[in-house]
Amino acid sequence: MDALATPAQLLVGGLLTGLVFALVAVGLTLIYGVMDVVNFAHGEYLMLAMYATLALALLGIGPLVGLPLVAIALFLFGIVVYRVFIRRLLAGPPEATVFGTFGMLVLLQGLAQATLTSDYQSIPNPPFHGTIRVGAIAVSQATLIEGIGALVLTAALFAFVEFTETGRAMRAVAEDRIAATLMGIDVQRINGLAFGIGAACVGAAGALLMLSYPVYPTVGAAFALTAFVVVALGGFGSIQGALVGALLVGLLEVFGGFYLSPELKLVPVYLAYLIVVLLRPQGLLGRR
Amino acid sequence: MHARRLSAFLVAAFALTALGGAGTTRAADPPEIVIGSILPLTGPLAQTGAGLRAAQELARDLVNGHVSYPLPMVGRSGLPHLGHARIKLVFADSQAKPDQARAAAEQLITQDHVVALIGTYASSTTATASQVAERYGIPFLNPDSTAPGLTARGLKWFFRATPNDATFADNFYQFFAELKKTKKIDVKRVAIVGEDGLFGSGAGDAEEQIGKKLGYDIVTRVAYSATTTEVNAEVQKVKAASPDVIIIASYLPDSLLYMRGFKEQGVAPKAILAQDAGFIDPGFVRTLGADAEGVFTREVFSLSIKHRNQSVPLVDQLFRQRFGDKPLDGNTARSIMGVLILADALDRAGSTKPDAIRTALQKTNIPGKLTLMPWNRVHFDATGQNDGGAGIIEQVQDGKYETVWPSDVAVRAPIWPMPAWKR
Repeated sequence: MDALATPAQLLVGGLLTGLVFALVAVGLTLIYGVMDVVNFAHGEYLMLAMYATLALALLGIGPLVGLPLVAIALFLFGIVVYRVFIRRLLAGPPEATVFGTFGMLVLLQGLAQATLTSDYQSIPNPPFHGTIRVGAIAVSQATLIEGIGALVLTAALFAFVEFTETGRAMRAVAEDRIAATLMGIDVQRINGLAFGIGAACVGAAGALLMLSYPVYPTVGAAFALTAFVVVALGGFGSIQGALVGALLVGLLEVFGGFYLSPELKLVPVYLAYLIVVLLRPQGLLGRR
Repeated sequence: MHARRLSAFLVAAFALTALGGAGTTRAADPPEIVIGSILPLTGPLAQTGAGLRAAQELARDLVNGHVSYPLPMVGRSGLPHLGHARIKLVFADSQAKPDQARAAAEQLITQDHVVALIGTYASSTTATASQVAERYGIPFLNPDSTAPGLTARGLKWFFRATPNDATFADNFYQFFAELKKTKKIDVKRVAIVGEDGLFGSGAGDAEEQIGKKLGYDIVTRVAYSATTTEVNAEVQKVKAASPDVIIIASYLPDSLLYMRGFKEQGVAPKAILAQDAGFIDPGFVRTLGADAEGVFTREVFSLSIKHRNQSVPLVDQLFRQRFGDKPLDGNTARSIMGVLILADALDRAGSTKPDAIRTALQKTNIPGKLTLMPWNRVHFDATGQNDGGAGIIEQVQDGKYETVWPSDVAVRAPIWPMPAWKR
């Protein structure tokens, strides 16, 4: 019994960790899927969302109530960024979006450092700090809520892309931009919408993460690097791929950390990434 | 042609006024001794850097002024053995980047011709800046970088006033020994957790070495990356080792992950002892609330040191006036001491020659009671480490950090074992 308790706990911990990674990764993969843009500033959008959640919390609005507000704010922010910035970059050479979004990363981080200081800040007395126990397995309420949030968000995004008219248009743009234009799809509008929805996803992620994590100007880097691995592993542009990739990364990290050494916990993750990229460059569930 | 003649004239005119200016100041004012200070004035540590700068400026004014406190070189109108020369600080920005700190040291030495360097707060920038000082043969006084390895490099010109993480590790074991003697509390199994950067690994090495030497059972040693976003495996490792105490070195985000992980997984040691950093961040108690109760952390300074040196509240008052009512803390107090220790050596050297200053630094012997710190004394050993350094141990009691060790500055008795996790 006791011999099984640790692996069981690691399994649950790994899956929940993976779901948190998925939370951050789905927005990234959507943006890439639709417009072929790797948004290097994705982690910084997460940072903005976390600060927004903190600000709402200081006004007395908790993270779960604040979540839709933050998601809407980030959606609008994403649309504005697309209209004034990304749209112009798309007209240039492919590297333009790489340098452009990377420049945005530096700018947003610098602005946050200058105006909000580099101190760590977290929600005072965050809700859901209890623990849920089932037999020998224990999970914190906050992590469980984050995991459920990730599942809901991924499912909703998947349903939206698969079953709605706009979603179909997005898939059409993803498949062939020129053909989509010829079919009468307003590519600019769809791109803007995808960028906005991608940002809204990371907005929701930021609100949920504030349940268990402090915010600081470079917090994005901690999560974004994993998100890039998740997206590349699962398949660039694939929403269900992001979920599968994230769960895999979570499990590898937690089991690797325990059975190898915590220092080496990222080794199996990057090893898996290397193997997948070598054997299946499009990622586990990627197309083309 | 005309233009060239004009510029020659201008150069001559400037040279004359410059000479004249130098002449008049020399006649009116005592000479100035220039010390170069390297601090993180911009970048991620800019807030800390601003405080350190204010602290060093305060120390400079205390040395140059005539109001006396029970502190070395304070209130003697400059440096008496150097004709009451005033000290002047020239600041350079490290941006908290090692290469930038190196460039700053280079510039201060070759262009500003400083007689000594002080700084730089972060261990990584101190490492590079002190290499430059070594190359030029300029004394480098470090008030506040605690990576043990800094004084293990065989440098001749490097002096560190602060105790390092090895001293703090030693303090924990002294604390255990005292608990055993006074309360018959027996600590045997020690788990060591630390982030895998210079800070955590240096602290962990010292904790492991000293613990083994003293016969403790080091049941596990967990090193992890501070940028990690989850510590599932790490917590399970510690749980499986069932330690009596956990000694931990983490920054804030990871300290919160561990505290929540320990609680969630029912890891219940007799005590958690932390190497400050995340565990003394204001966000720690604010975020964890009751779950932070009973955590021990080492500190370098506490205002309760006023029981040993009455100038602590006075200097605190002066510092608050200059720095937006922020109280004196471990970093700013050490920076003040750094300038005072340097001033003390300069005065005894009676010269601004690097060799003379270095010899004077080697002969430094300031009693602990004449510092703002909980130190036994200021005296540098052959490696340049202050061998009289000591820290204090605080415990979170009723949501506040209370000094519990050593007994002559303690304000509360330690609560042992720490309270059980609340639901």
